[in-house]
Amino acid sequence: MEPFYEDEEHEGTLELPAEPMRINMGPSHPAMHGTIRMVLELDGETVMDLDIQPGYLHRGFEKSCERGNWTQVFPYADRLNYVSPMLCNVGFSLAVEKLAGLKVPERCTWYRMILGEISRITDHLTCNSATAMELGAFTPFLWCIKVRDWLWDVLEQETGARMTHSFGRIGGMAKEPTPHFKESVRAVLPQVDEVLLETESLLLKNRIFLDRTQGIGKLSKERALAWGVTGPVLRSTGVDYDVRKAHPYMFYDAVDFDVPVGHDGDNYDRFMVRFEEVRQSMKIIEQCLDKMPDKGPINADDPRFVLPEKLDVYNTIEATIAHFKIVMEGIKVPAGECYSFTEGGNGELGFFIVSDGSGTPYRVRCRPPCFYNLQACREMLIGDMVADIVPTFGSINMIGGECDR
Amino acid sequence: MSKKVLERLTAQFGDRILATSSHFGDDEAVVAPKDWLEVARFLRDDPECDMNHFVDVTCVDYPMREDLPRFDVLLFVRSLAKKHRVRIKTRVDEGGSVASLVPVWIGANWGEREAWDMFGVVFEGHPDPRRILMYDEFVGHPLRKDYPIEKTQPLVPYRDVEDIDKLPPFGPDEGQPWSRIDWQARIEGSDFQVSPAIGEQQGQRPALSKGIEYTELDDEAARTATE
Repeated sequence: MEPFYEDEEHEGTLELPAEPMRINMGPSHPAMHGTIRMVLELDGETVMDLDIQPGYLHRGFEKSCERGNWTQVFPYADRLNYVSPMLCNVGFSLAVEKLAGLKVPERCTWYRMILGEISRITDHLTCNSATAMELGAFTPFLWCIKVRDWLWDVLEQETGARMTHSFGRIGGMAKEPTPHFKESVRAVLPQVDEVLLETESLLLKNRIFLDRTQGIGKLSKERALAWGVTGPVLRSTGVDYDVRKAHPYMFYDAVDFDVPVGHDGDNYDRFMVRFEEVRQSMKIIEQCLDKMPDKGPINADDPRFVLPEKLDVYNTIEATIAHFKIVMEGIKVPAGECYSFTEGGNGELGFFIVSDGSGTPYRVRCRPPCFYNLQACREMLIGDMVADIVPTFGSINMIGGECDR
Repeated sequence: MSKKVLERLTAQFGDRILATSSHFGDDEAVVAPKDWLEVARFLRDDPECDMNHFVDVTCVDYPMREDLPRFDVLLFVRSLAKKHRVRIKTRVDEGGSVASLVPVWIGANWGEREAWDMFGVVFEGHPDPRRILMYDEFVGHPLRKDYPIEKTQPLVPYRDVEDIDKLPPFGPDEGQPWSRIDWQARIEGSDFQVSPAIGEQQGQRPALSKGIEYTELDDEAARTATE
């Protein structure tokens, strides 16, 4: 295209503006997965500064929680991180159980861990394959999404839904594991492993992929901590902080797994940390499958929190009343406040909950990991090129539902 | 484990730590708003506390309580090396303010912006005090208990874009001179279509009439290319 400013004054002097140019990227941009707006200040193709503006997917998660009852939060929690909804479900259950002092049966905890780790695998596969696709490698995306769907088939068999399960409950899970649960998980894991190997063989010796990821979007260890970064993004900088290891919850202290770390904090390290975490998750799942008992209750034996059996509800007046009171008034969580945190797909997923003793939450604060990860994205991108924004932003794995709530 | 932090805080600040508690294993210390920044700095710099990992900052609204100020402001931090966590709480009234912690942990930036956006608690000295999840024209602070969930907001007219004096060297309509031409306007002989956002800026474009020629040329080129 010919230069635009072709008049007498500018003739022959100006092809591109010499001053920094400000352009908009997003909120809906074909190369950005996630509805987010970035206002870039560019010098040629180099990013001098950028202003990241989230909020386009804000739907009042915290406000909505304050008008239903405690159990009605689960569908909202599903939609926080919608590529790993089970982790959000379980995270919220654990928070309320911590405040209520409720213990769930052993079988339920193993079940939660297995489903949670499957969710983590789907999360990391989605993020990594999308990053590869943004760099032009379309095949890994199709392969990873294929295997993600097989994992979602397992979750569908268990929960009835592929993505938004609403399967967690306070004091247990909505349903028992199906009779074929262990078989189907054991059948799908080797396939995940195979696809991982195939994907790595396509990407890790590819010059384009390496050049576009290595040394791009770097973040240092100290800065990452001060920015509040957690999860794979923090681990890629060399910090071995994983909530599952540092503050074990459920039975994570009883299983053997490693926390992979990177050292440069660039796109490549984030990519590799995620793939290694998928392998560690499979290792955890295998151990959980061995340890999970086949028989036993899945819900806590506490009529204040757990709905009675349907058969009893229809046949005895006590169970009918208990059912009615839980459904109509909500679970009465003792007054108090507590902060419970788990390792979500993107890092520390915290719930700070305040109860006034009624059936409705007084305040549910979700500490979204990718909100703080995205905040640090500005520092990663300054000095890089426009074309590096897309893979860097992809490797943050910003999930709009969780970031904007 | 993190009881040590509470003891350390009490030893350092004495009765300026108004209360401490350890319910559910969460250690919490309550301070006055004027000590907020100092306590935060101490937590980060003291080698025994070593709170270098910022976690979260948020608020809780209690409009009904009369003996205490309305808002709880909460800070969550942890130490990477020592693996302990602490929650610091302060209470401010409506219209009250508390010092911004961005100089201590840079990550407090968005957390404080969100707390201001949602609750209207002012963080003094914040480098970038804009709304973050809501838009600038939003009226009120939605997470306050007295903000009804059904409330509707007024419509926002197009914004004037200030301090943009140079636009990218693209055609009149959002950088795509070869498409989205308002043919109706052209047939009627009026000017070409300009998107509202940059319409204001038209006067600042030199040689705008030439722009039309370029778009037409590009159409010509596109037509020959397709034929």
